[in-house]
Amino acid sequence: MSEGFFSRGFRGRRKPSDTSGRLPPGQYLERGFPVLSAGPTPHTQLSAWDFSIVGEVDQPKRWNWDEFRALPRETVTKDIHCVTKWSKLDTHWEGVSLDTLLAQVTYDASYVIAFSDGGYSTNLPLEEVLNGQAWVVDTYEGQPLSPQHGGPARLLVPHLYFWKSAKWVRGLRLVDQDEPGFWESLGYNNHGDPWKEERYWGD
Amino acid sequence: MEKKLDGNAAEGMLQVTFPFDMTLVEATCAGCGATNAIGGTTAYMHGMGTVVRCQSCDTVLIRMAQVKGRYFLDLRGIRVLEIGAES
Repeated sequence: MSEGFFSRGFRGRRKPSDTSGRLPPGQYLERGFPVLSAGPTPHTQLSAWDFSIVGEVDQPKRWNWDEFRALPRETVTKDIHCVTKWSKLDTHWEGVSLDTLLAQVTYDASYVIAFSDGGYSTNLPLEEVLNGQAWVVDTYEGQPLSPQHGGPARLLVPHLYFWKSAKWVRGLRLVDQDEPGFWESLGYNNHGDPWKEERYWGD
Repeated sequence: MEKKLDGNAAEGMLQVTFPFDMTLVEATCAGCGATNAIGGTTAYMHGMGTVVRCQSCDTVLIRMAQVKGRYFLDLRGIRVLEIGAES
C-alpha cells in the first residue's frame, strides 16, 4: 500500500523496539498521528450533534452538545496502538467517562455497539468499557478534536487496538448478543488486545 | 481532508480477486440504484482495507481487507454487478 494514502501527519520512522516495555508486540513508535478513514469525513455541526444510549435500556438517554459538555469531565493520558502497527505514547485527551454516561441509564446488557456518523460501528464487551477503561472524548492535546481525527467526539478505548475507538461516535447500542462491527466482520479480531496481538480472526 | 481516490485504484485491488477485467464492470448501488463503472466510484484505501463507495450517495459498495494471506470481501452494497462478456 503506497504511503501516499496516508495523511501528511504520517512522518514516523520505524525505531528499534522500545525498551521501556510500553510498546506491544509488533508495534513501532510513531511521532505523527496517521489518519485512516473508510469514507468521507463527517462535519457534524455542534448544534445538530447528540450522543445516545439505546438498546437494552429501560429508557433511551440522549445528550445534546451542551448537555454533554456539562457532564463531569476527565483528563486522561494514554498510549494508543493501531492495528497497522503504529503506536503513540502519552496522548492527552479530555472527555466523559463511559462510567459517567452509563450510570445515567438502567440497562441489562453484555455488549455495546458504538455507532458513528458515516455508518461505522465497532463492538465491545460491556465489562471492557466500564471501570475507567473508556471515554467519549472531544479534546486532543488541549484542542478541540479535529474532524479528521474523529471530532466533534470519538470513543477512546486505549487498551484495545485503535479501530475500537470509533471516530465521529454518536452513541452506544446496548445488546445481549455480540454483533461484529465494521472491521470485526471483515477479518479483524473481535476483541483486539494489542498485548496479545489480537489483530485478525483466529489470533 | 480524507484521502480518497477514484475507483481506478480500487480496480487494481479488486483485479487481484476477480477473474475478469474490472474496467468492464458496472455496479448498481443497493442504496440509491445508481449504476456506475467501478472506475467511477470513490475508493478509500488504507492499511486496514479498502472501502469503495457510491459516488452518488456514499453507500458502501464494497469492503475489502487482506488478512493473513486471504481476501475478505463484502459486496452487499452492490445490488447488481454487470460484467462484460468480452475480457
